[in-house]
Amino acid sequence: MWHDALLVAGKDLRIELRSRVALNQVVPFAAAVILLFGLALGPDRSVLAPAAAGLFWIAVLLSCVLATQRSFSLEVADGTRDSLRLSGLDPAGIFLGKTAAVIVQLLVLEAVLSVGVAILYGARLGGGAVLVAACLAATVGLASVGIVYGAVASGLRVRETLLPLLFLPVAAPVLLGATKAWDEALSGSPSGGLGWLSLLAAFAVVYVAIGVVVFGPLLEDS
Amino acid sequence: MAPAVRLREAVALSGRFPLLAGVSLEVAAGEVALVRGPNGAGKTSLLRLCAGLVPLHSGEAVVLGHDLARDRWAVRRRVGLLGHHGFLYDELTVEENLRYSLRAAGIEPSAAIPAAARLGLVGRLGATQVGRLSAGQRRRTALAVLVARDPELWLLDEPHAGLDQEARDLLDGLVLDARARGRTILLCSHEHERAVALSDRVVDLAGGRSVGEPAHVA
Amino acid sequence: MRRSKTLRVVGLLALVGIAATVWLGLFVTPNAVGFPDGLVRLLYIHPPMAWVAFLAYGMAFLSSLLYLWPRTRDPRFDRLAGASAEVGVVFTGLTLVTGSLWGRPTWGVWWTWDPLLTTTALLFVLYLGYLALRRVPGEPEAVARRSAIAALIAFVDVPVVYFSVDWWRSLHQPQTLNFTGRHLFVHGIMAWTMLLGFVAFTLAYAWLTAHRYRLAGLAAKAEEEGLAVALHERRSEARVLV
Repeated sequence: MWHDALLVAGKDLRIELRSRVALNQVVPFAAAVILLFGLALGPDRSVLAPAAAGLFWIAVLLSCVLATQRSFSLEVADGTRDSLRLSGLDPAGIFLGKTAAVIVQLLVLEAVLSVGVAILYGARLGGGAVLVAACLAATVGLASVGIVYGAVASGLRVRETLLPLLFLPVAAPVLLGATKAWDEALSGSPSGGLGWLSLLAAFAVVYVAIGVVVFGPLLEDS
Repeated sequence: MAPAVRLREAVALSGRFPLLAGVSLEVAAGEVALVRGPNGAGKTSLLRLCAGLVPLHSGEAVVLGHDLARDRWAVRRRVGLLGHHGFLYDELTVEENLRYSLRAAGIEPSAAIPAAARLGLVGRLGATQVGRLSAGQRRRTALAVLVARDPELWLLDEPHAGLDQEARDLLDGLVLDARARGRTILLCSHEHERAVALSDRVVDLAGGRSVGEPAHVA
Repeated sequence: MRRSKTLRVVGLLALVGIAATVWLGLFVTPNAVGFPDGLVRLLYIHPPMAWVAFLAYGMAFLSSLLYLWPRTRDPRFDRLAGASAEVGVVFTGLTLVTGSLWGRPTWGVWWTWDPLLTTTALLFVLYLGYLALRRVPGEPEAVARRSAIAALIAFVDVPVVYFSVDWWRSLHQPQTLNFTGRHLFVHGIMAWTMLLGFVAFTLAYAWLTAHRYRLAGLAAKAEEEGLAVALHERRSEARVLV
């Protein structure tokens, strides 16, 4: 399983390096979202700065939808998932590999976006350890839910509209936890975020486990 | 010896539409069988059924000893399907695609080199991204993957389509080599004379059913 | 599956129960002290509806689990899950409306971020996603399996959402807004009416779900019969060409 996961993750990341879809499309999309939030909520820093954490994480959630869709659209050549099923790879390994690739892409995106948030909203990036830990835990959870739902929706003709609808409500606790953890860190009391970090970690563990178990049956729908 | 492929009144569905409405055929190990029929007769579906991709609705289907009604997942590792699409990644080079497919199947990636050479995918061609190749070259790459994997059952869906004369001769040579090694091959092709010359047996398909008894070709 | 007598009795009881609840609630029970006139009467229908919303989801989850478990795999469980979800989404919507109605005269807002109500709102969206997924055409087995898995994932999320929202709210202001009636001293005729409400709405859920389930079974049967026709037509393609 781990061997297959590494193989798939490596393949997905290599394709990303060549095609640069995440870099050229998803990151700019997230940047645009952050910018548009700024426009919508007004130039007043005293409104934007406190909201920075929440807006950041909403942008990440939306980007996760795109990243997961991309992860599957590069597999689906003729509308079927035959290549994944015929490859001989362990489905759990495919799940872990694809999730890992999306995690890497999202972490890069988050790094870029946090700079954007600091500049545009005047948020002061203190409490570094909690910020990073929250990013890690939240991203693992988001990516695993995304890949599972991505598998549910891929191959269906309505996948572009169905995936966000399925994904976003389930990701709500992650949004809440990550925002609160960041709020605590940004307002100078990082230790308050520890409780939220454990929520994020628990969520990540649960959904990675679920993904490993259900991915095999999920791939079977032609 | 048990046949490599044995189907009795096999029915396979896609939603409510019957892809196969009752196919019966038997192919012994080491034989080349040609599946013929008009468009829409179910040839591709038959190959996909044998690859374990399509669930069996009713009837009997045993491929390489695996009962497809119960265990169609295990059969996938032992068959190789050459479909209309090559199952290749456009952004990866020929070599990378070959190595990836072999590793995924649990085979040493070094087996890619002789296979690529056999199909003329060497030098600069090997380092070109698959998305930039012509259709014929992509076919060759997919064939190279098949040759390198060398599964027990080869399922070839219109393999001659899109290949030039030289490549077609090459393909025929590969099929005969595989047969000589004891592999079983099921192919469907509109290239009538060429395909019949390759085959040991011919099956006719129409309306999702096999028509008549599989005929031996002299 | 003919309409069973039990089902008819259940339906009748549900109807009577709901009518009785409404009558008692509107006319017999007294006004509550400290609440705007008449508003407390929502107490007799709002919590029961919320209960049914979660019950329906729980049933859908349980049926999905049973469907996925190889030993109990049966398309009937899948149909039950779908039926329960359809009934559940209606009750969830009603819960949200009555919850919102409660808040407006009491605190002057159309919506409070009460943990239970917020979780219910999320449940509503989860339901809608699940039902949207079920409507995507495909082989019945494939639809059943992916819907069951989606139900599984979503259901696991519900308690997580509740706890996180609860925690989130507790960080801000003290809990003054509370829908579960804990701050309301419910006794006597009020308690009985609320209990009746719970029973009546649960019966209504059972009746509606049973009928929806039956409908799904009939539809599946029609599909099977359609298959025989389709097989015949497919085979006759051969005759036309040969």
